[in-house]
Amino acid sequence: MLKTRQLRAYLLQALCLGLVLAGLGFIASNTIENLNARGITSGFGFLSRPAGFDIAFSLIPYGAGSTFFQAFLVGLTNTLFVAALGVIGASVIGLVVAFMRLGSNPLFRWLGGAYVETLRNIPLLLQLFLWYFAVLRNLPGPRASIAVGEMVFLNIRGLYLPFPDQKPALLGLLGVTILGLIVGHFWRAAAVKARLAKGRFPWWHLLPYFLPLALPILLALGFAGRWTISVPRLEGFNFVGGLQLIPELVAIVVALSLYTAAFIAEIVRAGILSVAKGQREAALALGLSPFDTMRLVIFPQALRVIIPPLTSQYLNLTKNSSLAAAIAFPDLVLIFAGTALNITGQAVEIMALTMVVYLVISLMISAFMHSYQRRVLRYEH
Amino acid sequence: MKTFWLGISLYLTLLPLTKLQADTLDEVKKRGFLKCGVSQGLAGFSAPDKAGQWQGIDVDLCRAVAAAALGDATKVKYRPLSAKERLTALQSGEIDLLSRNTTWTFQRDAQLGVDFAGVMYYDGQGFMVPKKLGVKSAKELSGASVCVQLGTTTELNLADFFRAAKLQYKLVAFEKNDEVVAAYDAGRCDAISADRSGLFADRTKLKKPEDNEVLPDIISKEPLGPVVRHGDNKWGDIVRWTLYALIEAEELQVTAANVDQMMKDSNPSVRRLLGTEGELGKSLGLPNDWAARTIKQVGNYQEIFDRHLGQATPLKIERGQNALWKQGGLHYPMPFR
Repeated sequence: MLKTRQLRAYLLQALCLGLVLAGLGFIASNTIENLNARGITSGFGFLSRPAGFDIAFSLIPYGAGSTFFQAFLVGLTNTLFVAALGVIGASVIGLVVAFMRLGSNPLFRWLGGAYVETLRNIPLLLQLFLWYFAVLRNLPGPRASIAVGEMVFLNIRGLYLPFPDQKPALLGLLGVTILGLIVGHFWRAAAVKARLAKGRFPWWHLLPYFLPLALPILLALGFAGRWTISVPRLEGFNFVGGLQLIPELVAIVVALSLYTAAFIAEIVRAGILSVAKGQREAALALGLSPFDTMRLVIFPQALRVIIPPLTSQYLNLTKNSSLAAAIAFPDLVLIFAGTALNITGQAVEIMALTMVVYLVISLMISAFMHSYQRRVLRYEH
Repeated sequence: MKTFWLGISLYLTLLPLTKLQADTLDEVKKRGFLKCGVSQGLAGFSAPDKAGQWQGIDVDLCRAVAAAALGDATKVKYRPLSAKERLTALQSGEIDLLSRNTTWTFQRDAQLGVDFAGVMYYDGQGFMVPKKLGVKSAKELSGASVCVQLGTTTELNLADFFRAAKLQYKLVAFEKNDEVVAAYDAGRCDAISADRSGLFADRTKLKKPEDNEVLPDIISKEPLGPVVRHGDNKWGDIVRWTLYALIEAEELQVTAANVDQMMKDSNPSVRRLLGTEGELGKSLGLPNDWAARTIKQVGNYQEIFDRHLGQATPLKIERGQNALWKQGGLHYPMPFR
């Protein structure tokens, strides 16, 4: 039988939940009622209407007759692209700076400390403007481009690279790179397993590392006949052909990476310092090289301290990528919550959809990091 | 626990208040000032001057409406809004009137629950380019990078123009106009596209204004006017007829300086406008001298135009389409009778 006290606790909780739900329901119904009362169109019907505006940078096909939904997808892929590049960049730089600060060279230690203290104490938006306008001001106009062998050009409008004419080529190359990463991961795991069984690495144990690079090259060679390579050339005001990386993309990725790296460096440093000193001494006494000591003994133990705050930084980076709108990089916020919102005027639907997208991306990153954390903790036993 | 229940009961009592009230005039009178949405800084239209006072023709419309509704042109609180916030701010009741170089389009009028009360300024989208490019017409801009401010009809007009002319272009869209100007100045793009009035204003912000020119091409119609919430027709009428009163005053040559003398004028049109004959003001729910006190405090349309856009200002914009209908322009106030 339930005790009265417990019963009362349950009732109170149910009441609270009911009130919260009623509150949300009221907000929703009030919004709909007010929209109707004012004759404002609502619903998601606009997604299938033609958008009619152009987008500066797109990884997926987008053109004149595309719909608002396609514009939404362009924004989403651009946001994910920036976030992915930013996460990779921030992790690599963060790791390097952390080891600079931990090392014995006083100059490196000082440089690492200065990096962290400067970068993390200046608002990201200001850094973004600094990078963007610093990059812009220092690059030449299209007619005075910096050219590398008449194939690669750098000017204020961006970096131009030779690239296959075919649109699916990019997706194909990206796809096989990811495939290479996944297969390489399991292949390497097999090599480690073979070593545990036979006491020696098989001869191919380093090959998996090259797989993500080798597969795209093989693909490109395989299609060599069918893909025509387009080389950028100056025509009128701008270069045409090839692949153009716009300066806005470079600025946002650089700013996000450098800023988040300052935090990641401190997280990694804290993680490594949290490993007991005896571990390092024991590993060195066993004859492991300093590199192997770090790789096999200290870093795996540091990871369990590193991963939870690192997840937060990845989430912050992803959400901060929405600042891209400030410097004209067409991410989800700029395209969808900016241009599309103003054209359709359906603020409630568009903001709701945009928020749900960020929520889903964040939850996915969080879930991935959580499962990785569980894997790391498994090594403990 | 006590505070919890107190909070809940307070919340429940506040619930019914969250719905918007419909009579804007009553609300403005009760509040004692007008909440007017303006731009975040467009010289000549709405921008703060050196003393921090808002100036411009859109600002003067806010002042005119405040003078008509409250009798005092200074009773205005300005709310700077970005292009994408502006209609939401109006819909949600955050402002009473949006006077922020907003283009009157079908979609906005029909779908977004707002009404346009008239046209303050007839504008059109154009291009500004550096003179050294040697471009004489927008049709020569094939392959150019074009900087725009996002969230306006600009992007749609631009896409339509280049598609119709079968030309390629690269779009660079910024959220704020200051960044558009900075990026153009740094050479990120070959041209800025915006409403031509805005281009003249932008040109004054460049490092070397004289090295840049606004092309003669006009690729769209941009009638810019004040916007009110749909459904409050009384308030809409006040804004519409305040605007017409400014133009009618120019037509009848009633100015801020001579309005007191004109009260004694015998011309029936002047007498009706200034309220010395008939009861036009009363039908709007305002005192009969509403137009007289508006003109006295703000001036007529010509005075407003000359003060903020004309030859005496850095913008030096011609009257052009914004002249009176009698002088070949488009401003045609409906009859005051």
